[in-house]
Amino acid sequence: MYNVLKVTGFSLLMIGGFSAYSNYGIPQIIPAPPPVEEKLELSAMTMDQFVAFGGRIYNGKGTCTLCHNSMGRAPMLDRIGSVASENLKNPNYRGTAKTVEEYLHESLVKPSAFVTAGFGKAGSNDTESPMPDVSGGGIGLFEAEIAAVIAYLQESSGSEVTVAIPALPAAGAGTSNAEEAAPLKTPEEVIAKYTCGVCHVFAGHDLENRPGTLGPNLARIGATRSREYLRQALLDPDAVIAKGYAAGMMPKTYGEQLKAQELEMLVNYMAKSK
Amino acid sequence: MPAANASEAVSHASVTAPATTFQTTPAAANTADAPDTKAATYPPAPKLTASDYPTIKGVNSRVAVWLVAQLHLWFGAFVLAVPIFVFIIEAIGMATRDERYDNMAFEFMKVSIIAYSLTAILGGLLTFSLVLFYPDLFKYLATIFKGSMFAYALLFFAESAILYIYYYGWHWLQGGNKKWVHLTLGLLLNAVGCLLMFLANAWTTFMMSPAAVDAAGVFNGDTWAAIHNFLWNPINIHRFVANVAYGGSIIGAYAAFKFLSARSKEERAHYDWIGYNANFIAISALLPLPFAGYYLTAEMYAYSQQMGITLMGGVFAWIFIIQAVLIGALFLSANYYLWCGMGRSEGAYRYNPRIKYIAMVLVAAFLVWFTPHTLVLTNAELKSLGGPYHQYLGVLGLMPAKNTAVNFLIVFTFLSFMFYRRANKIATVSWVTTGNAIQIALFTVGLINITLLGVYYGYFTNNVYKVAASIPQVLTTLTILVVSTIIDTLMYKGAKEVAPLHWGRMPARSQYALFLLAVAFTWLMGLMGYVRSAIRQHWHVQGVFRDNSVDAFTPDLGYAANIVSIGTILFMVMVMFIFWLNAINSRRVAAKGYWKKPA
Repeated sequence: MYNVLKVTGFSLLMIGGFSAYSNYGIPQIIPAPPPVEEKLELSAMTMDQFVAFGGRIYNGKGTCTLCHNSMGRAPMLDRIGSVASENLKNPNYRGTAKTVEEYLHESLVKPSAFVTAGFGKAGSNDTESPMPDVSGGGIGLFEAEIAAVIAYLQESSGSEVTVAIPALPAAGAGTSNAEEAAPLKTPEEVIAKYTCGVCHVFAGHDLENRPGTLGPNLARIGATRSREYLRQALLDPDAVIAKGYAAGMMPKTYGEQLKAQELEMLVNYMAKSK
Repeated sequence: MPAANASEAVSHASVTAPATTFQTTPAAANTADAPDTKAATYPPAPKLTASDYPTIKGVNSRVAVWLVAQLHLWFGAFVLAVPIFVFIIEAIGMATRDERYDNMAFEFMKVSIIAYSLTAILGGLLTFSLVLFYPDLFKYLATIFKGSMFAYALLFFAESAILYIYYYGWHWLQGGNKKWVHLTLGLLLNAVGCLLMFLANAWTTFMMSPAAVDAAGVFNGDTWAAIHNFLWNPINIHRFVANVAYGGSIIGAYAAFKFLSARSKEERAHYDWIGYNANFIAISALLPLPFAGYYLTAEMYAYSQQMGITLMGGVFAWIFIIQAVLIGALFLSANYYLWCGMGRSEGAYRYNPRIKYIAMVLVAAFLVWFTPHTLVLTNAELKSLGGPYHQYLGVLGLMPAKNTAVNFLIVFTFLSFMFYRRANKIATVSWVTTGNAIQIALFTVGLINITLLGVYYGYFTNNVYKVAASIPQVLTTLTILVVSTIIDTLMYKGAKEVAPLHWGRMPARSQYALFLLAVAFTWLMGLMGYVRSAIRQHWHVQGVFRDNSVDAFTPDLGYAANIVSIGTILFMVMVMFIFWLNAINSRRVAAKGYWKKPA
């Protein structure tokens, strides 16, 4: 019996050690919730809003930046407008596009039509792209989203935006399960959805001593800053840069992303954080 | 399945994708031209809402299915693994005519036979809980796999029948042709066991890399297409190797328990010998396991780069730091056991001074392996470091450094084993000096090659090429292991024994190394099983059948680790129960005065 107790104690100690290390030895990142399926009001959008929407898809649901980044996994797309014209004339191009817009669409749904040298699947001699068709499966972009991404790519690479904002699909064509994205109800939900906590520390989150704050600590920001200042910081983050932090770090898209009710809720929350 | 989790790449404003016929994944794309006539017989994947998932008050559906599935998998791995090495041990016994091997093989089976019943009970419980909590998912998968479900049931009956004949006929089928019949039964048992595992794996891998389905989840292939999906074989290989290592570690824990409880010198010697063999089996399978794991991960990337990046570069990246700690613990404890084992013979003392250097290398490799790529830093630290990565040490977080470290761990563990094998012997062949010189040269050149590859790909290549170091490094390690084993076997053929091996002359603490091996293995399997399942994120079946239950989010790693710990404790309690049953099975109590004396 004594041995049973010793062995049990030893095993529990091991298991406890592994658990403790996993809980306290590594940073506890809380993954984002699953993406919400929601109805999109395309008819009310301006082209600027449509391009911005494309940017969100590009950086979010489309998961494009997982590979199209400075790590070298996939070609950078900052000059894609002019590069696309050159690729269309490339003898290795195997697609059917005639215009840059068509080429970009083709690249998104049939990525192997043209593979940039050095970025093909291993052993395919640059004839097969490792990129998935973004219109299905895990990414599953809807046609309107693909159009928005094309608009964003054209705009961000300094080309003329030729994409027209498409009409919504007919009722019932894939929208039967759509959920209206209601405004978030609490500032905590806003902070979680827009992942503010990745860079900032907020009051009541018991993160005061947590290392890894890339942006200013906002736990007591209300004691030193007014509502107007905070609102401006959200809508135009580079207007005033806090001492010790670099400009250009915080996304400038929150003005478009946040609903007015959410913005004011967040401003009030920070203003009361003293 | 329950471990459907949230996406990192969350969209702030997405629209519902219409049911179109395009394909996303390579496997799905391969079957895009499947005949339409078959497609009509299968329904599309259901589009569920949270209310479609049955609930029981006070029971978390995901955790319940998670724990039952994991317990079933642990026991399944154990009972499928034991007959594999029992078959080999029985064959060794037949070849050498050393009855000790036969007895040991039977003792291994004795432990696993009780576990077999528990595996079946847990399998039934898993099916029940899936039907109870995830009926639509179960129905969808069962419809696709209906062709193989009947075969699975038949194979299960065949497995049970062969197992019972194999076990209960052990002492009946002895000697001459009977022994060959028994060995053939063992082979048959393993063949059926592997088929069962492969069929079960097909469900799991179909959920990760669905084949022959369109974007709406309509299945348009046959049963074989569903089974033979993209990740099926990589998982089969990885699980097969891991099962052997795991089975060895559990038997090792059994032997350790018996060793610690032994009341006589003979009993201690017996279980010391069994523990040594079990550890040998576990380590032999542990050495190639990183390669099988690497192949599986590479195939995940090949199937879906997005899935690969989510696994290695996303929120799950930190799991691999935990994994490194666990595997480091496995290697250290296995080596420690070997070093303790050198105390069995006075002949091993000549190797003792070298052990500390092996230990240093193992610890250094361990430290490199669990160096994270991205450090969590304060602003002041970021500024002082000049960025999120250290100029020189930052590279240690990348794959070339980790591959180098793991290859060093494997090579030096092998070196420990070589010293142990040589412990009580002296080679008598005429070319012993040349043989040793070739081995030293082999190790030296090999380790230099592994290091140079690691340094070159780590520091001097573009990010996209950094993983390219792994294949030549692995080949180098395999060359060292294979060539060195061949030389050593030839060199020590007919070697002179300098001092006898005293089985049982082991310190009690060495047995805890065997326990650590079993516990760490169990916990690690649980953790990696979680991540394998969780990279589907909010999908039941990747890309075609969305999880819309309230649990369709990815928990943080601490939470996942706690569930794995609870599972491990439950498993260990059950294992201790099996050990106890095994112990009372051999006890005989003379109940004096209870029975009537025969007239």
